[in-house]
Amino acid sequence: MMRSDPGLYDYWPYENRPKISWPGNARVAFWVAPNIEFYELDPAVNPHRKPWPKPIPDVHGYATRDYGNRVGHMRLMQVLDKYNVRGSISLSTALCDHHPEIIEMCRERDWEFFSHGIYNTRYSYGMDEAQERSVIEAAMETILKHTGKPCAGYLAPALTHTERTMDLFAEAGGIYTCDLFHDDQPTPVSVRSGKKFISVPYSLEMNDTIVYVVNKIEPRRYSEMIKANFDRLYAEGANNPVVMCVPLHAYQVSHPHRLKAFEEALEYITGHSDVWVTTGREIAEHWIDQHYDEAVADIEQRVLSLGGAS
Amino acid sequence: MSLDDRYFEYPRRGYGMDHDLYDWSMLADRKPVRWPDGKPLALWVNVALQYFPLDQKGEPFKPPGGMVTAYPDLRHYTLRDYGNRIGVFRIFDALDKLGVTASVAMNTRLALRNPYLLRRVVGRGHELLCHGWDMDTIHHGGMHEAAESEIISRALDELRTASGCDVKGWLSPAKSQSAATPKLLATHGVEYMCDWINDDMPYAFRTAAGEITALPLSTELEDRFIILDNGHSETEYADQIIDACDFLIEEAETIGAGRLLALNVHPWMLGQPHRIRMLERVLAHITSTDKVWRASPSEIIAVWKGAQAQ
Repeated sequence: MMRSDPGLYDYWPYENRPKISWPGNARVAFWVAPNIEFYELDPAVNPHRKPWPKPIPDVHGYATRDYGNRVGHMRLMQVLDKYNVRGSISLSTALCDHHPEIIEMCRERDWEFFSHGIYNTRYSYGMDEAQERSVIEAAMETILKHTGKPCAGYLAPALTHTERTMDLFAEAGGIYTCDLFHDDQPTPVSVRSGKKFISVPYSLEMNDTIVYVVNKIEPRRYSEMIKANFDRLYAEGANNPVVMCVPLHAYQVSHPHRLKAFEEALEYITGHSDVWVTTGREIAEHWIDQHYDEAVADIEQRVLSLGGAS
Repeated sequence: MSLDDRYFEYPRRGYGMDHDLYDWSMLADRKPVRWPDGKPLALWVNVALQYFPLDQKGEPFKPPGGMVTAYPDLRHYTLRDYGNRIGVFRIFDALDKLGVTASVAMNTRLALRNPYLLRRVVGRGHELLCHGWDMDTIHHGGMHEAAESEIISRALDELRTASGCDVKGWLSPAKSQSAATPKLLATHGVEYMCDWINDDMPYAFRTAAGEITALPLSTELEDRFIILDNGHSETEYADQIIDACDFLIEEAETIGAGRLLALNVHPWMLGQPHRIRMLERVLAHITSTDKVWRASPSEIIAVWKGAQAQ
């Protein structure tokens, strides 16, 4: 039976929360998450979702994504290097086998790798618990094997979930999810094991694919949106620090008509003092270490005193 | 609920692509291509001359720009026909005014219906590409190879006969292909195809009938895509192309290798009186420097091939 509420977190109003302290007393923890993805031309088909909108081979759809790997990542990497931003990669882990050159360039830069599933054309829908656990663990093992560092975060492949996704990822050793869009600060996420597991704000509103493809926003306007998003978070962060994430896809943002406008926004943000330019894992580890217990206590107290959904 | 075991098999997981159509390579790692006179950017303008039949089948999908309303959709039929009657001559004037070379990709059915237009195209010296039979004859994975072979053969033979040109280039309607399309094109004497948009430069594409060159004709920079699909303004169209031009010149000069700006334009779109000045603005910007080589697709491929042989 379907649930009316995902049951992952309690209502926790923005006002009067305990204060976060980021390193260097930063107002905003800023992270950039390039998605490095592999889409299969002719994958096994999940009965709940077709891999491509057009008949296979969907040349246009496939080639659109492949552009990111052939052309886009190198361009984006150069821009991030210029502003000393280490990417937090949302990785289709099979790409370690297909395109190890890209992985090596990210490793050299000490970027973070987190799991985005094995392929972005394999969906979680319809998996039983053992199947989903197996693919979650396999993806994490690939990251450890190819990068030497354990995987801490998860963005489900193609944002496809089951009711058990968070439980299984936490049990496999993960500490944060990027799949929830309910907050501008990290929050605890309830998992059945009771492990300390959290949400680190990723963003759909700032996600280039959502912006360009779903909302059909012009490249220069995207840059203005990012700056406006930052300006408000930066102002509010003087009171209680927050997180800002810009998720990217090199097959979108790295096109020649888009990258310069995006770079202007990145230059603007990194030109501010009191911004902690960091990675998803560093935000998660810091917040769990410094703020998790306090947050849980505050939420419990407020749920008790305010009533309402839990 | 669970998924079939085959959903967890990845037979093409390994180094390179998940198919044998072309080799995996990053643009940044390729042999540099140097355009004539050391110019950093090659400009390729393609004019798409299209016939959208009123009795559209829409199989397996409606062509972009095709009929929308119930039959008979006089508004879209005539709006598209406007391009071939009026708009194309505005485009020709804009090209002439700014001294820009362009290729023309023409549906063979249009060439046969409008011999005057075909004669004008040939007489003006444009390199002629076959744009398939008509916009409603879409090549796709659900086709029988024999049926597709007959269409390709008819489209190419009749265009070659009617034009007297040795047509070597191909642009599929909607850039859609079946798995057999590249092989059938190579079999019928096509040397380059423009459907795969996964790169900013030409690359070698493998077929069972020998090699063919993939010459990507950008969708992201197409007038129809920006103005119709994305709903951006005419001014925005021009801004985006100008940004792309400047970006590619800068990239080419930085790395010391030529880049390609590939612009597909539709007379039914940019040939409208309120839009044509934006094409003129774009071409004026691009031709305002001496850094741009105005080239036909065959010239571009010849230089690219020469660089591969070195």
